[in-house]
Amino acid sequence: LMFLGTPVEIQRPRGVPLTKKQFYEESKPFTCLDGSRTIPFDRVNDDYCDCKDGSDEPGTAACPNGSFHCTNAGYRPMFIPSSRINDGICDCCDTTDEYNSGAKCENTCKELGRKEREVLQKMAEITKEGFLLKQQLIEEAKKGQQEKQSKVTDMQENKKQLDEKVEALRTVKETAEQPEKEAKERHLKAWEEQKAAIRLEKDKAKMAETFLELDDNEDGFVSVSELQSHAELDPDADGTLTEIEAQGLMGGAEQVDTSTFESVWPKIKDKYHSEVSREEEPAPVETPPDEVKEPVVDNDSEPYPEDDISEEEDEDDEDEDDYHEDDDKVSAQPTIKTPEKTHEDEEAMPPYDADTQALIDAAQKARDDFEEAEKALREMDDQIRNIEKELSFDFGPDAEFTYLYSQCYELTTSEYIYRLCPFNRVSQKPKYGGSETNLGTWGSWSGPENNKYLLMKYEQGTGCWQGPNRSTTVKLTCGKETVVTSTSEPSRCEYLMEFTTPAVCQEPANIDPSPHDHVEL
Amino acid sequence: NFFFFDRLITICIIIVLLMRQRELKPGQSPYRALLDTLELSNSRLSLQLINDNNKVRLLLELYRLQGNMTRVKINELKPLKPRYEVPDVLLSHPITEALSVVAQDENSLVVSLGGKDQRLILSAQPFRLDIVEGSQVLMSLNSRGLLAFEHLRTRKDTESEQATGQENVEQQTDEVCDGQIKEDDDKPGMWEETFKSHTDSKPNGPTSISLDFSLPGVEHVYGIPEHADTLKLKNTDGSDPYRLYNLDVFQYELHNPMALYGAVPVLISHSTDRTMGIFWLNAAETWVDISSNTAGKTMFGKILDFVQVSSEAPQTDVRWMSESGIIDVFIMLGPKPADVFTQYASLTGTQSFPPLSALAYHQCRWNYNDQEDVKTVDQGFDEHDIPYDFIWLDIEHADGKRYFTWDPSKFPQPKEMLQGLMDKRRKLVAIVDPHIKVDSGYKIHNEIRSKNFYVKNKDGGDYEGWCWPGNAGYPDFTNPEMRTWWASQFAYDQYEGSMENQYIWNDMNEPSVFNGPEVTMHKDALHGVWEHRDVHNLYGLYVQKATADGLIQRSEGVQRPFVLTRAFFAGSQRYGAVWTGDNAAEWGHLKISIPMCLSLGLVGISFCGADVGGFFKHPSAELLVRWYQAGAYQPFFRAHAHIDTPRREPWLFGPENTALIREAIRQRYALLPYWYQLFYNAHRTGQPVMRPLWVEYPDDFATFSIEDEYLIGKDLLVHPVTDEGATGVTAYLPGKGEVWYDVHTFQKHDGDQSLYIPVTMSSIPVFQRGGSIICRKDRVRRSSSCMENDPYTLYVALGSQGSAEGELYIDDFHTFSFEEAKQFVHRRLSFSANTLSSRNLAPDSQFSTASWIEKIVIFGGSQPSSATLKSADGTESALEFEFDSTLAVLTLRKPGVNAAADWTIVLR
Repeated sequence: LMFLGTPVEIQRPRGVPLTKKQFYEESKPFTCLDGSRTIPFDRVNDDYCDCKDGSDEPGTAACPNGSFHCTNAGYRPMFIPSSRINDGICDCCDTTDEYNSGAKCENTCKELGRKEREVLQKMAEITKEGFLLKQQLIEEAKKGQQEKQSKVTDMQENKKQLDEKVEALRTVKETAEQPEKEAKERHLKAWEEQKAAIRLEKDKAKMAETFLELDDNEDGFVSVSELQSHAELDPDADGTLTEIEAQGLMGGAEQVDTSTFESVWPKIKDKYHSEVSREEEPAPVETPPDEVKEPVVDNDSEPYPEDDISEEEDEDDEDEDDYHEDDDKVSAQPTIKTPEKTHEDEEAMPPYDADTQALIDAAQKARDDFEEAEKALREMDDQIRNIEKELSFDFGPDAEFTYLYSQCYELTTSEYIYRLCPFNRVSQKPKYGGSETNLGTWGSWSGPENNKYLLMKYEQGTGCWQGPNRSTTVKLTCGKETVVTSTSEPSRCEYLMEFTTPAVCQEPANIDPSPHDHVEL
Repeated sequence: NFFFFDRLITICIIIVLLMRQRELKPGQSPYRALLDTLELSNSRLSLQLINDNNKVRLLLELYRLQGNMTRVKINELKPLKPRYEVPDVLLSHPITEALSVVAQDENSLVVSLGGKDQRLILSAQPFRLDIVEGSQVLMSLNSRGLLAFEHLRTRKDTESEQATGQENVEQQTDEVCDGQIKEDDDKPGMWEETFKSHTDSKPNGPTSISLDFSLPGVEHVYGIPEHADTLKLKNTDGSDPYRLYNLDVFQYELHNPMALYGAVPVLISHSTDRTMGIFWLNAAETWVDISSNTAGKTMFGKILDFVQVSSEAPQTDVRWMSESGIIDVFIMLGPKPADVFTQYASLTGTQSFPPLSALAYHQCRWNYNDQEDVKTVDQGFDEHDIPYDFIWLDIEHADGKRYFTWDPSKFPQPKEMLQGLMDKRRKLVAIVDPHIKVDSGYKIHNEIRSKNFYVKNKDGGDYEGWCWPGNAGYPDFTNPEMRTWWASQFAYDQYEGSMENQYIWNDMNEPSVFNGPEVTMHKDALHGVWEHRDVHNLYGLYVQKATADGLIQRSEGVQRPFVLTRAFFAGSQRYGAVWTGDNAAEWGHLKISIPMCLSLGLVGISFCGADVGGFFKHPSAELLVRWYQAGAYQPFFRAHAHIDTPRREPWLFGPENTALIREAIRQRYALLPYWYQLFYNAHRTGQPVMRPLWVEYPDDFATFSIEDEYLIGKDLLVHPVTDEGATGVTAYLPGKGEVWYDVHTFQKHDGDQSLYIPVTMSSIPVFQRGGSIICRKDRVRRSSSCMENDPYTLYVALGSQGSAEGELYIDDFHTFSFEEAKQFVHRRLSFSANTLSSRNLAPDSQFSTASWIEKIVIFGGSQPSSATLKSADGTESALEFEFDSTLAVLTLRKPGVNAAADWTIVLR
């Protein structure tokens, strides 16, 4: 080696880092760094491998396991495998690895150093700002968490009260419903009795009317022959009402007067066809059954008949399904016909008397109050559950990932729109129409042991034809903004998504921002 | 690549013709030679044969060819129209030698086949041919009377054909067969509607041919690839014959005579007495029936009375059948394995000499997704310090499967990508398949259509079928003008984005037609005047030939091409490499890769490999490691994977497996000088690179069926571990009185023994033959180009006589200068009487290399007191050395002489 006029140039064999200079002393035999043997110093870097550990050839490619150190002044020093010495490829930016290959290498260290410093500076800025943002996120998350925690506590307190309230109202309701029930029963019973009396009256009137109809000769008696003119009364349904049968109906008598007809009437009244009022009383028309129709019809108008939806879509389109269901409900509402009450054969029940009505009103109010309270309780339960679920997620050591919860981030590529909803799911939708594909639902943090929060794993997405279920790994890097920066499918159905977020920004090192003023030149 | 398609049931493989042919039972041949029609010119003997049943006459031609070969041609004397004779497979018109009739009587003719007392005896009735040497019958033709020749006839022809069974044409078509195709219901529906019953119109009627060969004294026959079957061919009595019909087979079965992607109609017979070959030059669908023994089958005419035949002698009978064309057979008479290889090479040429990098490691996958992916994988190799030379791009790289283009969003800057690889001294292969998307916006399609270069359907329109791009046309590669045009498309100004470090891969060239019968082209499609049925097995060869020509032309004849093909035929060795198609990540497939490549090597195609790791399915880490270890010792070394499999770059299976794979690949790189020298040798002489043991130990019966180990050249014996959870392998070390050295432990073993070798996951049992010298480059770098000027280490393995020999071949590693300007170094290294010397084997060649001799390792020697290097200029210098007395390994330190120089080292 020559001194090139650089005052700090330190003479040592080619490829030896400064830290190991002490082992290479020209005046002494060289001992392999593993101590395995000692050789004359002129065999160091003589392009023949003498040491098993390769330490005698730090500057040649002779040893298969050697390594070469390049100083790379202006950039960062590095070791390269000695197989890269003089292989015609410029590996060291200071060109020292290609001293005998004819490769035309240019010293790019300064440029690289500058670029790296720029990048590092930018990175440092990003990290710095990102870290500040992260602090805010942590603050907010902590605040939010505390709020939620206390909200849950409050809600649980409230819930207790609500519980009590519900119980109290239940008692009130039950208390109010008892007299209501009794009053209603009374009212109903009175009405039933009244109805029975009216029916009896009607029956009697009809009987009298019938008697007159049957009594063709108007002699005040209905005779066997007169009765026989009504074949529909035939008890054995053979089409003819014989004399004996008629007599049987008349209790063995030849004829009956109005008072004895009372005992005949019950036997014939169901079958008897009136001679005059046939058209007055139309045959009962079958009315639509009094039941709420299931919205069967709407299934037909379903835009995607189930047969046409492949399995994969079935699974992952819950949202869509929900949407359709809502749609159904909206469109179904007007089509459900509340069947009209057409049984008007009997008179409507008379209105409740004032006392009963008062009892009913009171009970209804108690019921409404109770249901309202119960609903409030359910809602509160839901809210508590949701908050508790959210609180149960691992949002990072300082809850810095909390803000991602229930958010979604999209990236549009030439073909697809990718959507990452952290802690929920990843999906892909063709840009120009087509259904969404689930690329995985939230699985776990899966970064390296020292920081598992650098990777998210989404699993069990839509199955691949002949392959596994789709899954996505989300790689998190520090950035000021929360953005999906790229997606790829390195292996069939295994997606990789890059995602920047301030939440992974590390605290910037507290040292001088120009870390490349190395002593070695 | 493959097309997802359910297997045709076996019965369909034997189409009607075969049923017809096989009905013909051995017996008296209806053919009679008309001796009075004999014509004999200096080198050609011809006479007519008549079928006494239908009176149709055939013309028999016999030629004696230089290098101990006999050619037998049989055609119709007056066919209605010409029958197809395979062009472009033979190197040139084979050189003939004089023939002479030495004896004749009323029923026979004895023709001298030149030296060595070899004669051909032609018996007139029944017609048969016997080739004899001295008193020994080497081979008989039509001795079982299975010569059959369905002559061309017009449809209305009703002349008395019914007389013989084989002429009794059943008017059946392949429809019968296709009616039995099972379609799988759960496949994507896209193909079902287009996959219908395929009618073969057969406008020429039945045209099949057949001939039988008897091989007395022979129990072992090999060759006729491609089949996923044992090295030694099986008896096909009671099973399907071996079928030769290039097909895109989905998930092929092992140990099955079914046809695969390529076909080489060459069968090699071997016994301790003699090795011979039969080359059946026919490109139509072909079957080979093999039945072994029962002696006494052969009947001899009176002229043969003096021939002694032991009735207990083993015998193998072989019967060839083809659907069309003529009988054109080359009988290669050996007598040694090397002679047969030389003979066959003289007919169809030798292995093309690949650029060195093509012998290195190839990283492939269907698909590397985009430029970024390519870059990342490339960096991955450097990060994990694993060498590789080629990265490959499958069909997804092209714009909508329009070959010669790049997907504009995934590969927007192909030159930038190629330059990035070039900066690392690495290369890329992109796929170019022979199906061309029918798309009026696609230049290649428009030109082919406008030049009328597409294969035609039977009605004269452009033949169209379904393949990767959807509807596709198939260029007629049998047309030389078409090939010239195709080749011109590889010019740098035609193939946009291509660069000199981009090479080509031809897949699907059987050709694969997704909606065609058996996933290939309809037999009645037309290539000019010829039907596809005539040329089928030749199509793939032409595709690779035209592509290789294109790569040569784009460099103005300077650079050696590298083209990989899936379909092949006899002669394909001249154009590049082949691989064994779409195998699977299963131990059985790893095992079968050995006999499959050995079989190809026996018939000239040395540059063979199987997809490392298996194409379909996902290999376990153990299988992957074992496959890398085996693949590192097979000629074409490429990892490949199906698009639906998880990624499997070497570093994805944990650091331990990464280290094992790295070590296997490094062993390959260190041995590249040896591989290169063997390929040079294969190119020059036609000797296979990967050889069955029997090729080098032809007298050792124990080697004849071995297919779990093999030789690379003659000096390295490899017994890869191909069993899951293996803790040891039993290797057979051949050679009585010979010794072998474990290349890893340097341990010495005697030959002629079965040796149990315990193995761990890092073991690759490899032995160097005592008596050999192998040159290695032990400084393994990230690509072979990076190693071009590196020094050599000589591994001298002394034989039991204390001597050894080897060769060293060096050139520029990638141009034709070695051939055109004799720019190479070829040296003989020999060690005897304690003297190691390097001597020039090619004094008229010249090449200067920067490489030098770094180290010499001598196995099996004793400790000298001094080692003296004598250089060419007479200077002497003492060499330092080390001697390991426990292993008897002597290491000479840094001779430092140039690898091209003369030198001598004397041990005292």
